[in-house]
Amino acid sequence: MKTVDLSWQYRFQVASRVVAAALGGYAFASAMTVLLALVWPLPRAQAVLASTMLGFVWYLLAVMWVFSTRSATRAWIGMLVSTAIVAVLCWWLLPAGGAA
Amino acid sequence: MKASFRQCMAWLHTWTGLVTGWVLFFVFVTGTAGYVDDEITRWMQPELPLPTRVDPGDEARLLGLGLARLEIAAPQAKSWTITLPHLGLEPRVEHGLGVSWEDMPPAGRDTGRRRSETLNTATGEVEPAVLARDTAGGRRLYRLHYELHYVSRVTGFRLVGICTMLMLLAVVTGVITHKKIFTDFFTFRPGKGQRSWLDAHNVVSVMSLPFFLMITYTGLVFLAFQYLPAGRDVVYGTSEVQRQALFEELRPPKREYQPLSGLQVPVPELLRQIQVTLGDARIASLQIMQPAGKGPYIDVRPVGASGVNFYDPRVARFSAVDGRPLARADEGNAAVATQRTMFALHEGNFANWWLRWLYVVSGLLGCAVIGTGLVLWTVKRRTQHLQKAGADSFTARLNAGGLRLVEILNAGTLVGLPLAVAAYFWGNRLLPVALADRAAWELHVLFLVWGWALLYASIRPLKRAWVELLWLTVAAYALVPVLNAVTTDRHLGVTLPYGDWGLAGFDLSMLALAAIFAHTALKLQRKWRVVDGVGPAAGIVVSGRAAASSQIDVPNPVAATNPAGGRP
Repeated sequence: MKTVDLSWQYRFQVASRVVAAALGGYAFASAMTVLLALVWPLPRAQAVLASTMLGFVWYLLAVMWVFSTRSATRAWIGMLVSTAIVAVLCWWLLPAGGAA
Repeated sequence: MKASFRQCMAWLHTWTGLVTGWVLFFVFVTGTAGYVDDEITRWMQPELPLPTRVDPGDEARLLGLGLARLEIAAPQAKSWTITLPHLGLEPRVEHGLGVSWEDMPPAGRDTGRRRSETLNTATGEVEPAVLARDTAGGRRLYRLHYELHYVSRVTGFRLVGICTMLMLLAVVTGVITHKKIFTDFFTFRPGKGQRSWLDAHNVVSVMSLPFFLMITYTGLVFLAFQYLPAGRDVVYGTSEVQRQALFEELRPPKREYQPLSGLQVPVPELLRQIQVTLGDARIASLQIMQPAGKGPYIDVRPVGASGVNFYDPRVARFSAVDGRPLARADEGNAAVATQRTMFALHEGNFANWWLRWLYVVSGLLGCAVIGTGLVLWTVKRRTQHLQKAGADSFTARLNAGGLRLVEILNAGTLVGLPLAVAAYFWGNRLLPVALADRAAWELHVLFLVWGWALLYASIRPLKRAWVELLWLTVAAYALVPVLNAVTTDRHLGVTLPYGDWGLAGFDLSMLALAAIFAHTALKLQRKWRVVDGVGPAAGIVVSGRAAASSQIDVPNPVAATNPAGGRP
């Protein structure tokens, strides 16, 4: 990072990505955790534990992607769309009468 | 963002590292102390007797003494435990002969009241408890690393969790930043200013990289459900009952027990059966229980850990009726076994002395990685700051102010926190023994000294602050064994001849830490003398606006086109 005087536009873009990474990444990681807990071929409690222990990996990957993609807008779209797709899959997989 | 993926990752590495650096340094310092927490606690309770060693060939007689005491003290208990003299693992102290028992649980409860006693190994009489001073000990020191202090536990968990997640990012992006990680590892160019800091940062990072990844990830797993409750909350539900249902399913099924009726098998026969099964392994403890409607059994735990299966120790089961070995049901819970292995790796409770020292050194390397990274940030910006001297726009002032803040936090934390830990040990020896809330005051001493160091770093010229704080830290650590000798009879003159390596090791480690800080202080002084061409620690009074003279390094104009790490 050169400390040349950065434009406020650039600073806003960075702030926007930080929010996309922190919140969007967390939402994505949560959705992935639920999805894997539903499809992991283990007894229910073990599947939830295993999936939760792995959950931080999704967060890590999401944040790295948000900061490496071309623009802040793309970062937001990517986070929202991927989280939505995973959430729909979870909803579709949830056993009827589940806790949700 | 940036031109290439690697540059983006380098940017991410720099900023995640900077934002969390000081908290992580605190976590690493207190967490590293956690690998020797039991030894620290013992040192902080000098009233405890030096450990007595018992001839291990005496097992039958000692078992007899334990059983005799339990029959009198707990005739209708749910479980009896007899601990034979051995060096334990959790906590790591020399255990004497001990008995403990759990009463039958009252209706509606799972556990009954637990009691424990220490017995005289010659007579079997109950030893009076030794009164030791109230201390926060190594335990509270290491608990700081995941729950902080002066905030609620949940707040502490969350703050540390966020910093840990960002650290995981910093570790992974730090690896990506390097094109040539092995070449970098064998590259060290001392005395070259910014380059040297960068090389040092790379060397210590590569050395401790596996430890770093392991400790960060397993640290998150400890509180996985606090940080990522989604899986549990969607699959099980959010009410307390539903949440508990998950943990109930993960636990082995509950068993009902009936009151014990003593041991039918003669002790010599039992010991013979144990030897057939366990060979010459020494016995750490035996526990006797009787499930409802079944025969009583004895679980025998041998001395020594069973590797990373620390929480599933090698326990051999025998019948309490005739002493024959019994098979134990294997719960076969893969997820829980994985979780426990991660916990064991993180806590290192299974580690013997060689491995324990490796853990401690890895922890110290971790402190060094964070420290060099934070210093590198300031050195690099100081260089740019000087190149643009004279710029007086709002952002230039903002950058200068930010730089000054980071420099103060660095000196006040990277040196001030170790100083504060030394002060914690001083507090243990100097605070009046009868002081109310003594343990809390020991911790107050730690934070007061750290706060003072931050204040001191902010009012002194930067170089002077570094050198003066460093020498103060050297004195604080070097004099701990002296203070110990003046205030107690648990000093090196006693502990070394006695061969008590736990207590002696503490004092010797204090001297080693003093030597490390002295080495650092001398190095910095020598370097700055060369740069300034004047006496040691030449500092120039800093004016209100982050004067350029408080730089920490010789500006070594390196084309700083590449952020944190990558070779140009």
